[in-house]
Amino acid sequence: MTTLPESTETKLGLVIDLDTCVGCHACVVSCKEWNTSNYGAPLSDIDPYGAEPEGTFLNRVHSYEAMPETGCSQTVHFPKSCLHCEDAPCVTVCPTGASYKREEDGIVLVNEADCMGCGLCAWACPYGARELDMLSGVMKKCTLCVDRIYNENIPEEDRVPSCVRTCPAGARHFGDLGDPESDVSKLVAERGGMDLMPEQGTKPVNKYLPPRLKDRPSEAALEPRHEDPSGLFAWLDKALEKI
Amino acid sequence: MHPAPSVILFSTLSGLGFGLLAWLCLGLPPVTGQVAFVFFFIGYALAVGGLLASVLHLANPKNAVKAFSQWRSSWLSREGISAIVALLVVAVFAIGVIFFGVRLRAVGAVAALLCLWTVFTTAMIYTQLKTVPRWNSWTTPPIFLLHALGGGALLAGQPRLAAILLIVLGFLMAWAWIKGDEKGRAGSTMESATGLGAIGKVRQLEAPHTGENYLLREMAYRVGRKHALKLRVITLVLGYALPAALMLLVPVSHLTAVIAIAAHLAGVLAGRWLFFAEAEHVQALYYGR
Repeated sequence: MTTLPESTETKLGLVIDLDTCVGCHACVVSCKEWNTSNYGAPLSDIDPYGAEPEGTFLNRVHSYEAMPETGCSQTVHFPKSCLHCEDAPCVTVCPTGASYKREEDGIVLVNEADCMGCGLCAWACPYGARELDMLSGVMKKCTLCVDRIYNENIPEEDRVPSCVRTCPAGARHFGDLGDPESDVSKLVAERGGMDLMPEQGTKPVNKYLPPRLKDRPSEAALEPRHEDPSGLFAWLDKALEKI
Repeated sequence: MHPAPSVILFSTLSGLGFGLLAWLCLGLPPVTGQVAFVFFFIGYALAVGGLLASVLHLANPKNAVKAFSQWRSSWLSREGISAIVALLVVAVFAIGVIFFGVRLRAVGAVAALLCLWTVFTTAMIYTQLKTVPRWNSWTTPPIFLLHALGGGALLAGQPRLAAILLIVLGFLMAWAWIKGDEKGRAGSTMESATGLGAIGKVRQLEAPHTGENYLLREMAYRVGRKHALKLRVITLVLGYALPAALMLLVPVSHLTAVIAIAAHLAGVLAGRWLFFAEAEHVQALYYGR
């Protein structure tokens, strides 16, 4: 059913630290590796060894430059995947019932057995989080690794989304954003976590931690190390100068 | 937005078809027997042909039948159901006038309303998308309805009605273009998209991938926007002004009707192409486009 649940108590999602992300794309690769071989149709590539390779990805890393009016600009690496919105427009537009938001944990998923590949959900998403797979003809999107996080067949430390498990910088965090006492909620509160395109009214669950502002050289310069000598050194200084 | 030929053809032809069927069901023109058969055949051919064209743009058409299930939330689902119901009710009226010479007025009125409702649901598929501000406007449904009614009246041989509707449509279309240009992306910017506006102006340093992808092809289409003004003039002149002038100023014959319909179709196709090509999606902001 493509009507949205009124609210979900648990809101599983990601918190992405833009201050820490180094733009290595390891999350992109591990996401593709896990999701091409598990839940649903594989993430196909077209012309992978040719002149114009492209493929389906559930997570992509953009790089931006934020330019303040004065001072240095800041390079920000920006991973982007489905934000598992509370008010997900991609779900309600779906005509076949393939798109849905889970009541138990808020994850937005596509039931590929019902998807007819019309692409309307991708049109409805402001974030570009859904890609139609050209080979299988069904819509692909981040599943929050629903086949890992509850999977009792893998070690406990692996029961997080593949991108979170692999991030070498620790820039990605996974947890319940519906629980104000969870680590991720505290992190969001402490660092001023933000929504992307709040004006679209989608109420995204995933949050982004803004990059910390850069130091200005004038404010952050070290104290001068040499001071006027005193005592024995002052006498030595004078004596040496006289020679 | 990517102007997929199948979708442009679908929305243009099925709109025309449903417009024609609506007029026929209201008894304009009051035809019966063989003549009625020809009129209804054209109406059905356009409406059904358009619907079939829309199936062509599905990547996984084997699940198309499931699209009738989600009418509670989805305008696309409502469109599918409305189209089928409208065509069935029209059939009852058509059988009456073609084979029995009977005009079931109440059935005709309901059928006409259902035809227009179907066109409205098509329009709402686009109107509902907050992500495409140019479409997300009150003008979109009346524009679709006026296309159906105006073009339908041309096909139904109602010169005055067609001329008036097409003139109104021309003005509304021009208004929608101007307002759409002003609206831009309705306040969404690269700064709001990335949340980095607190630091300063944002520009793309590096794209996430070197090649193309589905998102860029589908939602960051840019070809031909530079010809927007020319295409707008073509749409206004061929689509609305010329047919309206022919209907009002020249004695109506089969030849003028055919010219008017051909011009209208060409103009509307150009306009519909522009409807997609000009529409900017907010997610292209992530690519700095």
